[in-house]
Order: sequence, then C-alpha cells, then structure tokens
Amino acid sequence: MATGLLKRAAQRLPSSPGFKLALLRAHASEAQAQQVEPKARGTPTLKTFQIYRWSPENPSKPELKDYQINLKECGPMVLDALIKIKNEIDPSLTFRRSCREGICGSCAMNIDGCNGLACLTKIPSEGAATTITPLPHMFVIKDLVVDMTNFYNQYKSIEPWLKRKNPPEPGKEILQSKKEREKLDGMYECILCACCSTSCPSYWWNPESYLGPAALLHANRWISDSRDEYTKERLDAINDEFKLYRCHTILNCARACPKGLNPGKQISHIKSLQPKA
Amino acid sequence: MGSSKVQRLSGMQKQVLSLYRGFLRAARSKSEEERCKIESIISQEFRRNAEDVDRKNFLYIEYLLRRGNKQLDQLKNPGTTGLSSLQLHYSHPSSKG
Repeated sequence: MATGLLKRAAQRLPSSPGFKLALLRAHASEAQAQQVEPKARGTPTLKTFQIYRWSPENPSKPELKDYQINLKECGPMVLDALIKIKNEIDPSLTFRRSCREGICGSCAMNIDGCNGLACLTKIPSEGAATTITPLPHMFVIKDLVVDMTNFYNQYKSIEPWLKRKNPPEPGKEILQSKKEREKLDGMYECILCACCSTSCPSYWWNPESYLGPAALLHANRWISDSRDEYTKERLDAINDEFKLYRCHTILNCARACPKGLNPGKQISHIKSLQPKA
Repeated sequence: MGSSKVQRLSGMQKQVLSLYRGFLRAARSKSEEERCKIESIISQEFRRNAEDVDRKNFLYIEYLLRRGNKQLDQLKNPGTTGLSSLQLHYSHPSSKG
C-alpha cells in the first residue's frame, strides 16, 4: 500500500500545474483562447488509451481498441478520460460509474494491470499508452462491465446484518463503548468494489468455493461487532477448508484496495479466533 | 447445436439442453395461459440462437448460457408470473462497434 501511495503522490506533482493553467485559460475570452492555445503551451498532450471491447450484440472476439485524447482538455482521473471518450469519440463504450469520488465502488476496473477505481486513479503521465480492462477473472457482460452475481451472493452468504438472540425492547438502542466501536475501523469503510477479491490468485482458481477477501472482511466485521450475539455461529459457518483457508496471505488484496484497507489482516484475525485443531 | 443426431453431445450442448429443460420445468409452475406463452418464447429464442450463433463462438454461447441461467432463476421465483419478450430490429449502421 505504501508504494501505491507514493506513486500516486508523485504523479500528482507534474500534472497539477498544467491543470491549473487550463482552468485559468477558461476565464479568457474564447476567441483569444483559440488564438493563444496552439502557441502558448505547445502541442496538445496526447495520450492513448487501450480499452477492452466486447459486446454481446456483435459477438466477435474481444479486442483492445485505441482511443487518443488530449489530456489538456480532460480531467485528471481515468474516469474523466473514459467519460470524455464516451461523450466525444465512441458512445458505445460501456462502463459502470456513479459517484466519481470513490464512495460507490461502481467504476472498479483493471488499469495498467492494477485493480482500482477509475475515479480515484490518476491518468499515468508517463508511458505511451494506458491499458484498461475489466476486473480480471470475472465474466464480462459488456466492455468493462462484469457479472458480480457470484461476488454478491458470497457477501449475502455471510449474513451481513446484526443478529441478536434476545432483541432489545422496541425503541431502545443497543449501546456500544468507544473501544468496541474502534474495533470496526478498517472494516466498515469497505464499499464492496471487488478490487481485492478479483486481484487474489486464490480467488481466481476457486471463485465459487473460496469466499474471497471482501466477503471475509465483512464476516470479520460482524464477528468483531460487540452487539452481535452470533459470533460463534458465524465462526463455525466459515470454518471451512475452502471458504476461509484458501487465503494464503498473498496480500494482493491490501495492495489493490482503493480505500487503503487490509482484508488480509482481517482474515488472519478470523483464523486466530478459530479453534485450533 | 442442432447438427448432431445420435452423436455424443459436448459439455456445452448438454448445458444448453439442460437450460432449455429448466425453462420448460419452470413454466409448469405458472398458469396454463402463461405456460404456453413461455414455452413459445423459449423455443423461439433457442431456435433463433441455434441458427444465428456460430457453433464455434464459445465465448458468446457461454455468455448466453449465463444470461439464460440468470433469467431462469428469476422465472423460478414464485412471484414471477410470466415471461415477455421485445422484438427489436436493428438497422445495422455500416461502422462496426
């Protein structure tokens, strides 16, 4: 994760002055801007995006299609580039997006070989082309849209809701101390974007039987919750060679997580709570 | 898919047939009128794809299988009363994609 942060910080530096200039120029009158633009900042910064394309309406082999855009007329994030391509070059390009600020988890995709949210990933300034593909080892529905059914079913299978043996009186809350609440930090932030699960080699080989880092992180979130009274049942339900123990602490999940969480750590917490055989 | 007569079926052909059978079975739980409708839509859809889809285009057939299985799951839900389909006629523009 640390290297990822450094890389992102380093990329921010060279790109920000250009972005500010573009904003300043927008204030100048349009005619003037058109005259000045070709000379003032030299030629446009062109960047090629190679984007995975496959459509069920035209069922041929999937291909990487090249799109070239001018970075000076585009926002800083990969999602901005995708929206620009969809608006101006190819309206048939299909991808999921919603909040554009890393809170919905819709725009998870594989950018230059790393899983991440398009809205939180800066457009890499160096390198000739950026490759954008759907999340690895997921079934493609169209272009960058993948089938999340299995992923959501696994999340459902860990019963992600509060379960009580004796429900509180109506209108009364179940209180929690500050310390108990702190245990949930590093887990409740998960937005289920599937970046971690689809980066895990173990999940690639056993996508049906292994629950994957995202579902296990949420399992631990409910196991650790002081208000939940089914801790033991929850532990038993996932105490399985495949469901839990396919995690070999490869920790690709922690590298991929766009929210900076560490599912691997939460999984080892579950393992430590399991009875020793 | 229709070319083999007594030949052994491939795994994918078996999957397609079992999906078809699944739809017919799910249709039995619906009302008589809906059942006829479902059966005709399903057989039309399968026959059309059997004709149109290149039998070597596994990627697309697998996609159709996944889509079909998802639709079958929805049809199996007791809350679902029937199926309906939309006839769309694309006028293919000259540029592809």
